[in-house]
Amino acid sequence: MLGAKTVVWLVCLAPAAWLVWLGFHGGLGANPVEFVTHTTGDWTLRLVLVTLAITPLRRLFKAPRFTRFRRLIGLFAFFYGCLHFLTWFVLDKSFDLTEMWKDVLKRPFITVGFLGFVLMIPLAVTSTAGWIRRLGGKNWQRLHRLIYVTGIAGVVHYYWLVKSDVRLPVMYGVILAVLLGARLVQSRRSASAARAAL
Amino acid sequence: MLIKQAADLKYSDVTPKSLYTNRREFLASLGIASAGLLIPGTAQAGMKLNVASKSPYSTTEKINSFEDVTHYNNFYEFGTDKREPAVYAKNFRTSPWTVSVEGLVDKPQKFDLEAIKAIAPLEERIYRHRCVEAWSIVVPWIGYSLSALLKAVQPNAKAKYVAFQSAYDPKQMPHAYGIQFPYVEGLRLDEAMHPLTLLCFGMYEETLPPQDGAPVRLVIPWKYGFKSIKSIVKIKLVEKQPPCTWNMMASNEYGFYSNVNPNVDHPRWSQASERRLGELFRRKTLMFNGYEKEVASMYTGMDLKKNY
Repeated sequence: MLGAKTVVWLVCLAPAAWLVWLGFHGGLGANPVEFVTHTTGDWTLRLVLVTLAITPLRRLFKAPRFTRFRRLIGLFAFFYGCLHFLTWFVLDKSFDLTEMWKDVLKRPFITVGFLGFVLMIPLAVTSTAGWIRRLGGKNWQRLHRLIYVTGIAGVVHYYWLVKSDVRLPVMYGVILAVLLGARLVQSRRSASAARAAL
Repeated sequence: MLIKQAADLKYSDVTPKSLYTNRREFLASLGIASAGLLIPGTAQAGMKLNVASKSPYSTTEKINSFEDVTHYNNFYEFGTDKREPAVYAKNFRTSPWTVSVEGLVDKPQKFDLEAIKAIAPLEERIYRHRCVEAWSIVVPWIGYSLSALLKAVQPNAKAKYVAFQSAYDPKQMPHAYGIQFPYVEGLRLDEAMHPLTLLCFGMYEETLPPQDGAPVRLVIPWKYGFKSIKSIVKIKLVEKQPPCTWNMMASNEYGFYSNVNPNVDHPRWSQASERRLGELFRRKTLMFNGYEKEVASMYTGMDLKKNY
């Protein structure tokens, strides 16, 4: 029997494995670089949304066990974000840092995408138990709220990229709004519960 | 840049003939592998199209594979994803087909496809084709200069522009989305009369596949691809600059002229370089897509940053 964590591992790894498989079988289409860029970008955003769904779902189903998958999924989101960034930096910008910065500063959709990616770096670094201890639970939690910014940046990045068909970025935006909205509702509730207790 | 096409260069030198003539079987054999992505199989059979001559306007650059050119299409009538037209256009009815040529002309006429095809001898022209999204391909198109058709209907002195309209049939195009339909485009009369502007009926020695704009389209090699309107049903000579679909959608991003210009960026991305399909790294984009010698004189004195 596979453990639940192993299953999550394999599911998260599947898109990357699928890309490699397609690559070896000529299945990446007419523009493989674009295909890889889009696929890794899609999975970054999807996994960020999954990590953001864990807390509301845990509350909804009263299943605290969900939390133990969050770090793994978050790190996979970062992994796809790295692949996404590297595909762009290596194959579009040919490792040219000057060209990269020009794009980051000049093109709003790249600015927000880059911001979303960079903000994931401290979260990935501090994802270990040791860092939680060092920062203290409260501070750690505050820091990791940066993922909200990454989620918003990811959706905006996608929305600004498409030419006219915004259905997919809007769908991700709605999901994100629901997930962030759930937190707002929750914090209002606990605030009023705290007042009532006084 | 007039480069004579080497007479001994055949498509078999670039795309194995056996692969592209048997491509349906080849694709069908991939059917399982690409399940969920594409379901090839019953694409309309392209008919062999005889070509009177190979044009001196052809480039000698490496031609893209038939597979790439038929499975990476922006044709929003058949879906907004570039893999969709190959699937959703495959049953598009292109016969019977009429093209109405009208407006400020002395001899307006409704042509059926065979009649419009017979107006001038068909040539093969291998052109670079540059999309506004910064990718490019090299395609062996078949057709004749649009000027031959326009001369046949005799534009009168008031005609200054040419307006084009694509077919739109919601019944056959249930996946059409994202822009206004029918798709419309336009050219200045001198641009439309330029010998490079091709009225195109085929590619790769065959009639056009539906996803590439069957049965008749324009190819304007020095402009971004969306100017090369597909599946044309109407051509109208007019006095004023006609509306163009993408220009109406976002006039700050897609100008009326939309000449390929590496020095004028799209507001959201650079046009200085492009990815030629089949190449890993980007290459520099050429002014007027490399057709500067032929077409630059039409724009002398114009501010190309303003008239993008």
